[in-house]
Amino acid sequence: MRRREFLQGIAAAALAGLPVDRIRAEGPDAQAAAHFYDALPPFGNVGILHITDTHAQLLPIRFREPSVNLGVGAARGQPPHLVGEALLRHFAIAPGTRDAHAFTYLDFERASRAFGAMGGFAPLATLVKRLRAARPGSLLLDGGDSWQGSATSLWTRGQDMIEAQKLLGVDVMTAHWEFTYGSARVKEVVAKDFAGHVEFVAQNVRTADFDDPVFKPYVVKEVNGIQVAIVGQAFPYTPIAHPRYLMPDLTFGIRDQDLQKAVDEARGKGAQVVLLLSHNGMDVDLKLATRVSGIDVILGGHTHDGVPQPTVVANRGGRTLVTNAGSNGKFVGVLDLDVRGGKVADARYRLLPVFADLLPADAAMAALIERVRAPYRAKLDEPLAVTEGILYRRGNFNGSYDQLILDALMAEKNAEIAFSPGFRWGTTLLPGDTIRYEHLMDQTAITYPWATVTRMTGATIKTIMEDVADNLFNPDPYYQQGGDMVRVGGMRYAIEPSAPMGKRVTAMELAGKPIDAAKTYTVAGWAPVSEAARDAKLEPVWDVVARWLRAKKTVSPRAPEQPKLVGIRDDPGLAS
Amino acid sequence: MDRHRRQALKSGGGLSLVALLAAAGWIDPAAAAPAEAWNKAAFQTHDMDSTLKALGDGTPVPSANVVFFSTPDIAENGAVVPVGITSKVPNTESIAILVEKNPNMLAALFEIPTGTEPAITTRVKMRETSNVYALVKAGGNYYVTSKEIKVTLGGCGG
Repeated sequence: MRRREFLQGIAAAALAGLPVDRIRAEGPDAQAAAHFYDALPPFGNVGILHITDTHAQLLPIRFREPSVNLGVGAARGQPPHLVGEALLRHFAIAPGTRDAHAFTYLDFERASRAFGAMGGFAPLATLVKRLRAARPGSLLLDGGDSWQGSATSLWTRGQDMIEAQKLLGVDVMTAHWEFTYGSARVKEVVAKDFAGHVEFVAQNVRTADFDDPVFKPYVVKEVNGIQVAIVGQAFPYTPIAHPRYLMPDLTFGIRDQDLQKAVDEARGKGAQVVLLLSHNGMDVDLKLATRVSGIDVILGGHTHDGVPQPTVVANRGGRTLVTNAGSNGKFVGVLDLDVRGGKVADARYRLLPVFADLLPADAAMAALIERVRAPYRAKLDEPLAVTEGILYRRGNFNGSYDQLILDALMAEKNAEIAFSPGFRWGTTLLPGDTIRYEHLMDQTAITYPWATVTRMTGATIKTIMEDVADNLFNPDPYYQQGGDMVRVGGMRYAIEPSAPMGKRVTAMELAGKPIDAAKTYTVAGWAPVSEAARDAKLEPVWDVVARWLRAKKTVSPRAPEQPKLVGIRDDPGLAS
Repeated sequence: MDRHRRQALKSGGGLSLVALLAAAGWIDPAAAAPAEAWNKAAFQTHDMDSTLKALGDGTPVPSANVVFFSTPDIAENGAVVPVGITSKVPNTESIAILVEKNPNMLAALFEIPTGTEPAITTRVKMRETSNVYALVKAGGNYYVTSKEIKVTLGGCGG
């Protein structure tokens, strides 16, 4: 258990920090802040830095972590299904500290004002340079979802992020949302922009016709004389979660048997370290780690779980560490490996929060960001409304930002019910903030943004909700897709996550009356995956919401409509 | 046409091969696939019991020697779901694919000629999320394994 003790040791050592109250009393948290990035001495002989799911957030942002992140079956109460105080207790993080703010929703508004915005590629570049200076030869890995999630990324088809990745020094990446610019776009970037700069790996992407490989399954990099293989795992359900027409020529899937072959092949070629750069999501990675052997560490993303320490998974080849590095540029995963005698003898990991006010902006990155934003400045800055309440998205069932979108959809489309997808990206605004056009795009910037109005029977509504609920709560992680529950406006319901498929959603009501399976309802939504919806010349959702916001000028606090939870009691994945 | 080839066409490889050869004008489909080889009744059953009965009766035993491969957990397209099955049961005679919630449960039946590696891949159409059974007949006994394949409405990925 030596490795585990080390990991716990790091956690304890890294917990220097002061409670929020004391920080406020003393002004800027000078003492804790000055040393925040000191507590991470280099270790071993292979340094790996990991970012994932930055969702194209070039500037520092606020991002409230979830207060609801339920695990079902064996996952209940286990990382990453811990929120708030349960998370702090599990990882021995002191309340009120910068770490507590980075990893939890607790006291979000006050802590966010005290500690400032997080992430941003200019502070991130400074931090990466510091970490790399102390770790000669280290590698920077990007787990994907880097080209999507902002106005400028959408309007440049990811070009702003591609330039930023190259300047940041990303060595290897894999992907998910990148494919929603079309598979041709991804192939073009890999062949041209990335050539000689960034390796793109994805063992589980094949041609739809002959099942041929499309990208390198892995690359082997030499770090201080040690052969390190990085295997890529793109999001397995990309063509299901998004419109198929965007990547009709490709097929995905988990393909753990093929993954085993890739790992074995890399080991056979002399790799002393094998890492999986994964966009599976943490629950899938935890299962995969029991089935595939020979991977030292899975550097995971997709589910946006900011997990302070790895989970150690035993398998027939030994043990695999499973990590997940959060989202929106809030964190850098720092993995230090001591490789001796041809294998990993010891490991240290920390998920390091990126506090923008503690890291001076890197001048070259700041200049690049300024350059890519300049042509769009006027549109990005347009004030739409002022919010009186906090606006956030993340959480299993609903967030106040989703409620705002639902309210706008129902009002503008004259619908009784509205659906909004359970995306996990989207930045947070504090009470009193001006919602600028750019902020609206942070919630909606996708390549299939059409707002729909559909007449649906009660039976169809139930089918849709059961379908999405199973994607989230199927007890077998391989059947989960990793998003959150579809957000529902207008209609109340109850949900029992541990019930079987088709039996989770009950007590559906509209204006106090039970939903009638045979009756037809008007349902507004957005992000349709069908070709017919693409061709129907519908307006994009940002136009709908912008119109509503401009008319309102001031938005009162949104209380997210939450379903009644059935069978959930004292769950560490639910805020108490 | 030599006897081995005729046997293969008659018994397995599937109707698609016969159809292909027939379309190419190489064979007379009526001669290559005699009526008795097509178990019409089995392909019109709606549940496991009647499918088994139509296939010749028998109670299947769950077996770890029947294994799915290259088969998704969530289908990318319910109209063409890849299914691969291999059998390590000695003397495997046939491999059937049953989709529990399809209108007709039996999706495909492969007869495995003696000396052939019992591994098949094909694509099946699925109406909805369902358990899919791989049913192997060997030495007159039936062996089965199953897995759920989800057919989702799509969208809503994080």
